Amino acid sequence: MSMKLRYFAWVRERIGKPEELIETPSSVGTVGELMAWLASRGEEYAHAFENPNVIRAAIDHHHVRPDAAIKGAGEIAFFPPMTGG
Amino acid sequence: MKATVRLQREPFDAAAEVAKLTRGRTDVGAVVTFTGICRGSEHDEPIAALTLEHYPGMAEAEIERHVAEAVGRWPLLGVTVVHRHGRIVPGEDIVLVVTTSTHRDAAFAAAEFLMDYLKTRAPFWKQVETTSGKTWVDAKTADDDAAARWKAPRRGREAVE
Repeated sequence: MSMKLRYFAWVRERIGKPEELIETPSSVGTVGELMAWLASRGEEYAHAFENPNVIRAAIDHHHVRPDAAIKGAGEIAFFPPMTGG
Repeated sequence: MKATVRLQREPFDAAAEVAKLTRGRTDVGAVVTFTGICRGSEHDEPIAALTLEHYPGMAEAEIERHVAEAVGRWPLLGVTVVHRHGRIVPGEDIVLVVTTSTHRDAAFAAAEFLMDYLKTRAPFWKQVETTSGKTWVDAKTADDDAAARWKAPRRGREAVE
């Protein structure tokens, strides 16, 4: 499955790019599985996702939990807890 | 009901935003404004500036969802949210929330609700610039607790933190 990934704040800095297009294997079905798969792609990804419990995710501009299915997603974003306001 | 959500780099004029919701009307009995300002220190260390990163598209959508929720919960006549991004120096404004209603209760409650959710749910990230470098601000548990006070029953796919 092909989709766009976007990274923000220190997740973006650790991975070293703001966005990318990826092809995921069929074994990756949820946001949590996607994080685990990304973490195996290299040192920079392993560093970004070393503590997946603190990483937040959004699918197509909506907050989602790690058990959310990625099927049909156009854009998935990963970022640290938000600190706006 | 007049609702405005705006993200911008430029400073805003709080008085002008209030006037847009009140001028020429006689039904507004209460206006509440909240302005968040960049402090000159973080953990007792002086800071040179804050840089706010945001997720374009989602930031607007997320704030609009919370404005819609506020409008559904309280009898509001108007809501304006302006959030700045980019580099902001101490003393400058960061965020503005204006709520208007017939009576004060709704205006106060809605403004506080919107700020609590902006802090924890709107995709913005603050980076602090000091003489020793740049560091990302850690999320505060107190902000999560503040947002949790308003928690409504879960709906749809959206996760409630």
